[in-house]
Parts: sequence; structure tokens; C-alpha cells
Amino acid sequence: MPASRTASRLGLRFFAVGYLSMLLLIPVGMIFYRAFEHGAGAAWAAVTTPEALHAFYLTILIAAIAVSANTIFGVGCALLLVRTKFRGKALLNAAIDLPFAISPVVIGLSLYLLYGREGWFGGWLLDNGIQVLFSLPGMVLATIFVSLPFVVREVVPVLHEIGDEQEQAAQTLGANWWQTFRRITLPAIRWGVAYGVVLATARALGEFGAVAVVSGRVVGQTETAPLWVWREFGQFNLTGAYTASLVLAMLAIGTLLAMNAFKRKEA
Amino acid sequence: MTSVAGTRAAAPPRLARWPRLGRAALGRGLVTAYLSLIVLIPIAALVAKSTGGGLDAFWTSLTSPLAVSALKLILVVSVIVVVINVITGTAIAWVLVRDSFPGQRILNSVIDLPFALPTVVAGITLLALYGTASPVGIDVAFTRAAVVLALLFVTLPFVVRSVQPVLLELDREMEEAAASLGAGPLTTFRRVILPNLTPAILAGAALAFARAMGEFGSLVLLSGNLPKTQVPSLLIFAQIESGNTTGAAALSVTLLLIALVVLLLIGRLTHWSLRHAR
Repeated sequence: MPASRTASRLGLRFFAVGYLSMLLLIPVGMIFYRAFEHGAGAAWAAVTTPEALHAFYLTILIAAIAVSANTIFGVGCALLLVRTKFRGKALLNAAIDLPFAISPVVIGLSLYLLYGREGWFGGWLLDNGIQVLFSLPGMVLATIFVSLPFVVREVVPVLHEIGDEQEQAAQTLGANWWQTFRRITLPAIRWGVAYGVVLATARALGEFGAVAVVSGRVVGQTETAPLWVWREFGQFNLTGAYTASLVLAMLAIGTLLAMNAFKRKEA
Repeated sequence: MTSVAGTRAAAPPRLARWPRLGRAALGRGLVTAYLSLIVLIPIAALVAKSTGGGLDAFWTSLTSPLAVSALKLILVVSVIVVVINVITGTAIAWVLVRDSFPGQRILNSVIDLPFALPTVVAGITLLALYGTASPVGIDVAFTRAAVVLALLFVTLPFVVRSVQPVLLELDREMEEAAASLGAGPLTTFRRVILPNLTPAILAGAALAFARAMGEFGSLVLLSGNLPKTQVPSLLIFAQIESGNTTGAAALSVTLLLIALVVLLLIGRLTHWSLRHAR
């Protein structure tokens, strides 16, 4: 009996490690190898062209705007969902998860239709000289859409867990709502917020489908890092594509490390 | 200090409602406005566009050969991917919780990598190992197998992360009781452990299915832009590029509806299995 137990345990372990290695570890490891296949100099040169640098700059700028907006919305929305009662709360709760159920391309298309010349908003905005599609505002809107649920979803359980006794105590002692929020609520939820921000940032930095549709992919202007990687790969500039992928993969691994650190602080 | 507390105590204790009524209404308005502007109005515009030419036009674009084959492909592939995920995800969760070996913690943290990695990088990553210049001699580039592979990659964490916490909390006394009553390991797993895991497995499967249905970034490079590997998201993109936004909108709305129905159905199933596990 114990012998067969050990055998099945080892078998299962071998299967799990093997599956993860074939699907995840070895492919990601390959990126390192491919990026430096022709030496570090070639890799460096490929990702420091003006176009590549602009793409990375644009990706970071868009992520910064989108994540800031979603963090403010996320904390406010979580407070509303947990601390107040109102009709339509279940509906609001369900609507927040919509971006998880929708394909990025579909998200891009919906913005494309809304802000295009024929769209409900697009005509008026264009007449007033405001270009949303094929420029920064549209790309920011798309990125906000895809990364909207993360902060809300991380903060809601934390708010449930901490309860509102301390907040009520602070208010009885005469604190106004801002003081209560800043001194009591925010310190209690900060690791939840941080966790949500990390997830939203990872999503925002890597967003591809929605931005591919609304950006128009103008080289050197509306091309983000993931779009740049796509074009480089398509043009067989493999060293550039692999090196930029490596940079993005390193950002993802940094995200994982941050997630682990925050999870431990939260516990 | 005591006098302040004394006067407070003397006054009838007013329950601190936070935020108070006016502010709550303002907050509600702002949150609704934000959500509407970012999510709801764009989706409304999409639905309006898809049915703008009448239901006939909607149906015609939906039943075009390309759309039908794309929908068929993604349904079949998503089911395959979800079934594999249910098996491998449960096995991986089991190994992470019940087994113990060096490197286990690292293995546990890399599970989330597909969530953090940009999808286009996921595609390139898989092409580097299983593409035309494969160092291991496995070339699946531009085939349906590549679509399955990419979707397995991006949906990997869902079932694992859903099953793991339940397995961690599971009372081991039940298993020991079953074993002492003469049940073999397989019977114990099937009769005692699995019923407890089913709701979590289903919840993870639902999320994986929804994600697989709409995946785009990891497929653009792996699919090679061929008809046989054209899933709906790729077809929608191609239609937008060629100016056929009505067709793209019709297919988009269909994709959205399928995802919502599946999420709803599996939500019900989870609810049902949760009641029956007790």
C-alpha cells in the first residue's frame, strides 16, 4: 500500500512539473536564449531605436493614466458596494466584471464604433476638434476598460473583512469622512489596493487586442510596446521582437514578485 | 477628555452612517457615470450597430461561412481546452497543496505568469519553442493544435487558483475516515474529495472558457492568419480592418452572448453542486 501511494504521488508530481515545464517554464526560458542569440549588443541596439523607445514610453504613459483612474474608481466603488445599501447594487456588481467576459477585440470595436466619425460621440467630438480614435485618448479609454475590475475586486473582500467598527468609532469621535478614510480605512486596505494596482498595471502594460483596434497602429506615434513587438516579429526582425518580449516578460516576472510580497503582507 | 466622552455618552448615540445619504448618492452617481462612460455606453453602441441593419442583416452576417466556421472552431477548441484544464489544473493544485518537494514555492508562484505576461509575448514564447525553428523538433505553428496550445497557456491559472484554496481548507479527517473504512485512494478521491472540489473546479472552468472564447493577442502570431485557424476574435479584427464593421459587430455580440450564457449556466451549476456537496 505505501509503495503504491509513493509511486502515485511521484507520478502526479512528475506530471504536474512536466506539464508546467513544457507549457510555461521552457517556452519563457526560450525568450532569454533567443533575445541574446546574436549577442547582447545586437539585442540592445534592436530595442533602443527611436521607434522602440517611443513604444515603451507610450505603453508606460497609458498604463500610468489608466491605472490611476481605475485605482480612484476602484476604491470608491468598493466602498460603495460594501459600506452602503442601494437598489441596483447587484447589477452594478455584475457590470464591473463585464470586462473579464469580453474579448479585447470586441472592446476595441465597441470604442471604435462609439468614437468613429459615424458614432454617437465621434461626430460631435471630431467637429469640435477632439480626436479620440487613432490617438492617445482612445488608447487610454481602451486600457481603462480592460483593467477596470482589478482594484475593485481586490479591495471588496478586504473591506468586508475589516468591518466598519473602527470607522464608526472614528466618526463618533468627530472625524469627518475624509479623515476617517485617510486615517482608518486607507491604512487598513492598502495592501489590497496595492495588489489590485499590480494586477491592473500588468494587464495595462500588456494590453494588445483593444489597443490594436483603436490605435490605428501609426508607427512611431500610436504604437505601444506589444504592438511594436507584433510588427517587428511580422517583419522578421526577430532579435528586436524577442528582446522587447524579454523586457515585457521581465516586467511580468517583477509583477509576480510584487504580488507575492503583497500577498504575504496582507496575510 | 473624560468630560468630552461624558457629553457624548449623554447625548443619544447617533449611529455613524458612512458615507451619509447625500454623499452616498453623489458617490453612486459618479461610479455609475464612470462605468457607463467606460463600459456600458460602448457596449450599447456595439449592440446598436450589430442590429442597425435589421435582424436580417444581423443573421446574414452571422451565418456567413467564415463566421460559422470561426464559431464552430472556437467552441470545439474551448471545450478541449477547458477539459484539459480541469484535469491538469486539479492535478497541479493537488501537487502544490498535498505534495512537498524542493522548488515547490517557486512552482506555485510561476502559475500566475500567464496572467502577468502580455498576450502577444505569450504567443512569441510558444512560437520560440513550438514554432518553425523549434529546437525540440515540434512544429505546430499555424495549425489548430497551436490554437489549443496558446489557449492552454493563457487559461492555465484559472482552475489551479480556484481549486487550491478549497483543497487547502479541506478537512482531512473525512479522507482518513474513508480510508479506515476500507476505501482505496481512488475511491476516497472520487467519493470524498472530488464532490468537495467540484464547485471550485466548475468556477475555474467557467472563467477559463470565457477567456478562451475571446482570446486574441496570443493567437495573432500563432494562427498565421489562415482560414483554418481563424477564431472569431481574429475574424472580427480582420473585418474591422476591411471596413465590415456591421459583420464584426454581429459576431462580437454573439461572442458576448455565448460568454455570458456560459458564465450564467456554470454559475447555476456551481450553486447546485455546492448544495449537493453538503
